[in-house]
Amino acid sequence: MTIEELRKIAETERAAQKKFQHHVCVCIAAGCLSGGADHVRDALNKEVAESGMRNEVLVKGVGCMGLCSAGPLVTVETAVETAVNTDVQMFASVTPEDAPEIIRSLDTGGATGGDLAAAGLHPCPTNVPFFERQKKIVLENSGKIDPERIEDYIAHDGYVALVTAITEMTPLEVIDRVKSSGLRGRGGAGYPTGLKWSTVAKTGEQQKYVICNADEGDPGAFMDRAVLESDPHRVLEGMAIAAYAVGAQQGFIYVRAEYPLAVKHLKTAIKQAERMGLLGNSISGTRFSFHIDIRLGAGAFVCGEETALIASIEGKRGTPRPRPPFPAESGLWECPTLINNVETFANIAPIVRHGAEWFAAIGTEKSKGTKVFALAGRVQNTGLIEVPMGITLREIIYDIGGGVPDGKQYKAVQTGGPSGGCIPAEHLDSPVDYESLARIGSIMGSGGMIVMDETSCMVDVAKYFMEFCMSESCGKCIPCRAGTQQLHGILEKITAGEATPADVALLEELCELVRHTSLCGLGQSAPNPVVTTLKYFREEYDAHVTGDGCPAGTCSCGAGTRACRAETRLGAPGSQTSAEVTL
Amino acid sequence: MQTYVGAPQLPSDDKRWKIVEATARRHGREPHALIETLHTVQECFGYLDENALRFVASVLRVPLSRVYGAATFYHFFTLKPKGRHACVVCTGTACYIKGAPLLLKAIEQRYSIKPGETTPDGELSLLTARCLGSCGLAPAAVMDSAVLGKIAPQDILARIERGIHP
Repeated sequence: MTIEELRKIAETERAAQKKFQHHVCVCIAAGCLSGGADHVRDALNKEVAESGMRNEVLVKGVGCMGLCSAGPLVTVETAVETAVNTDVQMFASVTPEDAPEIIRSLDTGGATGGDLAAAGLHPCPTNVPFFERQKKIVLENSGKIDPERIEDYIAHDGYVALVTAITEMTPLEVIDRVKSSGLRGRGGAGYPTGLKWSTVAKTGEQQKYVICNADEGDPGAFMDRAVLESDPHRVLEGMAIAAYAVGAQQGFIYVRAEYPLAVKHLKTAIKQAERMGLLGNSISGTRFSFHIDIRLGAGAFVCGEETALIASIEGKRGTPRPRPPFPAESGLWECPTLINNVETFANIAPIVRHGAEWFAAIGTEKSKGTKVFALAGRVQNTGLIEVPMGITLREIIYDIGGGVPDGKQYKAVQTGGPSGGCIPAEHLDSPVDYESLARIGSIMGSGGMIVMDETSCMVDVAKYFMEFCMSESCGKCIPCRAGTQQLHGILEKITAGEATPADVALLEELCELVRHTSLCGLGQSAPNPVVTTLKYFREEYDAHVTGDGCPAGTCSCGAGTRACRAETRLGAPGSQTSAEVTL
Repeated sequence: MQTYVGAPQLPSDDKRWKIVEATARRHGREPHALIETLHTVQECFGYLDENALRFVASVLRVPLSRVYGAATFYHFFTLKPKGRHACVVCTGTACYIKGAPLLLKAIEQRYSIKPGETTPDGELSLLTARCLGSCGLAPAAVMDSAVLGKIAPQDILARIERGIHP
């Protein structure tokens, strides 16, 4: 496959799509799919066939459009000859019964929002901050291309970066470009990607591996899943470029078994890329060969940690091991291994295509580019967003997210999942970048962002995350295995209203101990939710231990009603036995 | 045809064992295929029983203890058969703060089972998921592969009843 051949495929595909005057795109990513998007697509196809518009209307299933809470989403694009001024209309909460109305609205052309609403549809304006404040690099094709067709990806400049890299650049040039783009690991820790690549490239070994970490375990995070479901080729292309740069011949994607649609799209994508000669032996007629296999995770959060992930690919229990040696020197089967997150790989092709300067111009001084977040919880617009680094939390929550619904008061936003922290209102104007979030006690994390209002008790939230870490601890090192148990026990005691100030002091002491002595990231960061809530919401802990009761009314200590008590206690699977006892 | 030394006997003439064996063979019967093979067993049989664990151990030539270790380490694998119907309640962060505990409580009270358990008549299994990734639909649950979004406790009970007694 040469650049010219790629261009030819792209042009054929574009011409084929241009034949249709109207493009009707149905989001069939997991969020909308669970709302019945596949039935919507079938109904639209049927309607098009029945109304004899098969040559004018193209109905296609596409990836995530972002506004998951309003799904299933459908966009209607009417191509004007000039192709500059395309008119896009989005519909929210579409049901199969809406199909005739949507197809009818194509005929009338310039129907206004009012007309459409009168016809029983839910037009969704796209000129609102939720869409306009975003900057899309990773998600640029998401919601636009059919994830199951490689031609559609190629029509959107797909695989140009890979072919350019292997035919016109040396591995060193590729690494230099990634280095000077300033891209940092999107898995959460923010290690400079180019530096990691050059470490692997410098090792003299023959056999090297590239692994894509798609074991997205944080509760409340679905960025990687959306990328894999919506644009799987982008990840494959990024991995292949990385393999060329570091000198690897074999790649693995370690993806959660809980993401069947992502796995299906990945499998299809790998097959298509192999058939076109974009993966496999001697790609583009060069000496570079690269194969990708999928390995399914099996529901262990700790496997997001790189050494545990490697153990899992080797078919063992997913327990981490001490570093160094880092996987870059000794990883999978003791060979040098490059591990990057899905989103990191998804950034590679645009960087190679547009250049390092282009990428480095976006974001802040130390954090370049964009970040994808899964915005959820007590916020008006929940869904998937991509924003430039350096945007403030306030802009994300109030402009893009539309603020806290039902007239409730904002209390905190939780970033980074069980390894992150809760950020109070006073830090809402803090910019979102690796350093700023670390300064206020949280982390960037992989991109989960959960907004909480006054009805959430911060001690209960800390307990929720501690329960998570406790049951996900692999049990290899004692500080994490026993420490999280003890921390959870103290938090149980506090929420039950049976604790004393001495318990809170013990909690703080134990947090320090677990953080400094645990083997891997899981244990080292497990105390974060407790530490940040202690720092910013100390008065809530105090209220629980001094007998004033739970300020949010969710815990069982005094102020809350008995009904509330049962609710919170039954919150998490691991706490069942104690719930039974106290009930 | 190449024959392997000590090629294992299939536990029964159930055709599904051949599918399991094929997975192992595709990975060259290497020990690193353990998790992939266990996935296939669970896909075919719904759960991993002792028979299956012994077979996987012999086909990949790894100690039974290692097979049992992996099968019990990963949450995705289950050693007990599931009920005819399964209700999975998401306990991800977004669902948690939007009322997932209430859903669980309602189901637990009505059917007297806890997460991970099955009713004595084998009709319903109650399961929890760390995160379904449908955070826009919080609180969310899955009843027999149908996703239920923004669901209230009384609605989920009604939906389960309809699932069990159509």
